[in-house]
Amino acid sequence: MSDAVLEFRDVHRTHGTGPAAVHALRGVTLRVRPGELVAVMGPSGSGKSTLLNLAGGLDLPDGGEALVDGVALDSLSHRRLAAVRRRTAGYVFQDFNLLPSLTAAENVALPLELDGTGVRAARRAAFAALGDLGLGELAGRFPDQMSGGQQQRVAIARALVGDRRLVLADEPTGALDSETGETVLRVLRDRVDAGAAGLLVTHEARHAGWADRVIFLRDGRVVDTSGPLAAAEDLLEHHS
Amino acid sequence: MSIRHGLLALLERGPMHGYQLRAAFETSVGGTWSLNIGQVYTTLSRLERDELVAALPENEGQRPYAITDGGRAELNRWFATPLERSDRPRDELAIKLALAMTTPGVDVAAVVQGQRTAGMRALQEYTRLKTRTGPDDLSWALVLESMIFQCEAEIRWLDHCETALLRRRPAPAPASATAPAPDREEAHR
Ligand SMILES: Nc1ncnc2c1ncn2[C@@H]1O[C@H](COP(=O)(O)OP(=O)(O)OP(=O)(O)O)[C@@H](O)[C@H]1O
Ligand SMILES: [Mg+2]
Repeated sequence: MSDAVLEFRDVHRTHGTGPAAVHALRGVTLRVRPGELVAVMGPSGSGKSTLLNLAGGLDLPDGGEALVDGVALDSLSHRRLAAVRRRTAGYVFQDFNLLPSLTAAENVALPLELDGTGVRAARRAAFAALGDLGLGELAGRFPDQMSGGQQQRVAIARALVGDRRLVLADEPTGALDSETGETVLRVLRDRVDAGAAGLLVTHEARHAGWADRVIFLRDGRVVDTSGPLAAAEDLLEHHS
Repeated sequence: MSIRHGLLALLERGPMHGYQLRAAFETSVGGTWSLNIGQVYTTLSRLERDELVAALPENEGQRPYAITDGGRAELNRWFATPLERSDRPRDELAIKLALAMTTPGVDVAAVVQGQRTAGMRALQEYTRLKTRTGPDDLSWALVLESMIFQCEAEIRWLDHCETALLRRRPAPAPASATAPAPDREEAHR
């Protein structure tokens, strides 16, 4: 079906070669539609970050297909792939990945500016996104002047700013207390309800509870899916 | 928790008759625990027998009840005493899993996975309900939070069980070591 923002078809990914090779994903099939938030859970090393990297075009599958808006990512030129990463997908990294020489607001505005938005408009959008996450006061701080949890929220603002259709978040609540984590999930949920597709890696069930569907990964395979009937329909469709 | 103490707490707000008590009970726990009117009246008559509540004169066919000083003391004692783990009903799920482990022919991993999916679904439902609570629904929101935390704990425990089960499984024979686990493939078809 073409209405999915993100689609994986029997995706495989092996890291490394020879005896050291790790088969991180072993045939993952999934689909995320606009307005749908899918959570990915699973033990450490089960392939969650690998899956998210493939979804964001930061890495390419070596078997099967990863499609964004119906287009296979490995068919794109470097330039078009870079445009997907900037324009379509917003990514919250497990380790935040903020640029240390830029302030919070500059970090958040950067993807918009890279994409041709004027500096002032980009800055305005950045302030709004920071405000939504309760960081309005810290817009002028540099990453090393903020706590881990604050940096994490700046990274989330950066992923949500602008008009991303696909939001990918890798443990976005890792460094946060449960109340602040909740704020982040609410903001993410609002964005998805406004029409984005979301993929959220988390090891906290209470945060996965915000998703429409929860996928359990183990050793690179989906072992379990929890969600409304639509998910079951998906599986049936794929195996018939 | 006992219905007794629930009713005493509600009567502390002022006298109420059975139907009012039932409605107030459901509002304060947000419909997570519904009482039938028979339970309410049985409990009221036991409370009256123990002199923890007193029946007031009938009014328009309904008999209101009021909390007594003894009832108030009992209520304070209840609030002041932490619940012991052993006061709560036995954990049926843990018992079920223990039985599954020791009963031949039972796929314990499937029991664990099925239960985790159900727990996750409940958690999703409670979260959805929580997003709909307003600022003046704090008591209901906190009851929901409690159920969310319980689901979370149960899901973590089930994750733990699954890992322990996998570890316990004997290592596959060398010849089949690289073949994909067929049982796992079947699990989500
Ligand atoms: N660049 C790499 N080179 C070699 N192996 C890798 C690489 N990246 C990941 N792996 C391996 O692939 C497997 C899956 O890793 P991945 O980062 O996707 O796990 P994860 O589920 O995100 O774990 P965590 O919860 O710890 O973040 C692991 O065994 C990991 O060691
Ligand atoms: Mg990871």
